[in-house]
Amino acid sequence: MIPMQHFLVLSGILFSLGVYGVLARRSAVLILMSVELMLQAVSINFIAFAVYLAPEAFVGLIFAVFVIVVAAAEVGLMLAIILRIFRNRATANVDEVDLMRW
Amino acid sequence: MGGMGVVFARNVVYSALFLILALLAVAGIFLLLSAEFLALVQVLIYGGAVTILVMFALMLTRVRDLPMALDSPQKPFALLAALAVLSVFILAAVGTDWPGQTEKVNAIPLHDFGDALFRTWALPFEVASLVLMVALVGAIVLAREEDGE
Repeated sequence: MIPMQHFLVLSGILFSLGVYGVLARRSAVLILMSVELMLQAVSINFIAFAVYLAPEAFVGLIFAVFVIVVAAAEVGLMLAIILRIFRNRATANVDEVDLMRW
Repeated sequence: MGGMGVVFARNVVYSALFLILALLAVAGIFLLLSAEFLALVQVLIYGGAVTILVMFALMLTRVRDLPMALDSPQKPFALLAALAVLSVFILAAVGTDWPGQTEKVNAIPLHDFGDALFRTWALPFEVASLVLMVALVGAIVLAREEDGE
């Protein structure tokens, strides 16, 4: 069988790709996609811990379900906000949205 | 790894397609971890709904001049931060002495999973559905054209 550390390293790689995407991208939609990557990495971690370390409680599995639900809600809301910003400012780049800068 | 494509692709549409690939790959990982239900949910919600939403957003916020820079000037710093996070995670995963066994996947029966989800965790489940509904109604209200503007 595959040892648990392999899954942890995989999710670490996925999470750092997400971190890189959030920091390096300019478009808000691309940042949102990177956030999705990070959420996926967290889900992998939760499930790995649940099935390897605590198979009798498997809270991690339940938590992964909630992560997916909240991620779906978050994507819908974020896209609405991005559309709103795009309609007002004609851009979807986060560094051009400087409404709160003085 | 599809995730690589998401953050490094030059074209945003390629990036979104790579995101689909990455999400399906994660569903495969869930299967490897013997979480069949979650793999199914993953394919349905992420592979279907979320990627369609992202594609819609990409189309609606179409930036005409494509050869503009997709990456912000803080790219080297981002690379540095990502590498730091990666090294910390790998060290933590390999170096920690995990309690319990880490060699074998314990398959959790779907029956037990559903039982726990709808008995022990019934209240959080209902709250999650409420959160989803409120968020989606809020999204509709936000994205709707208003007459007074």
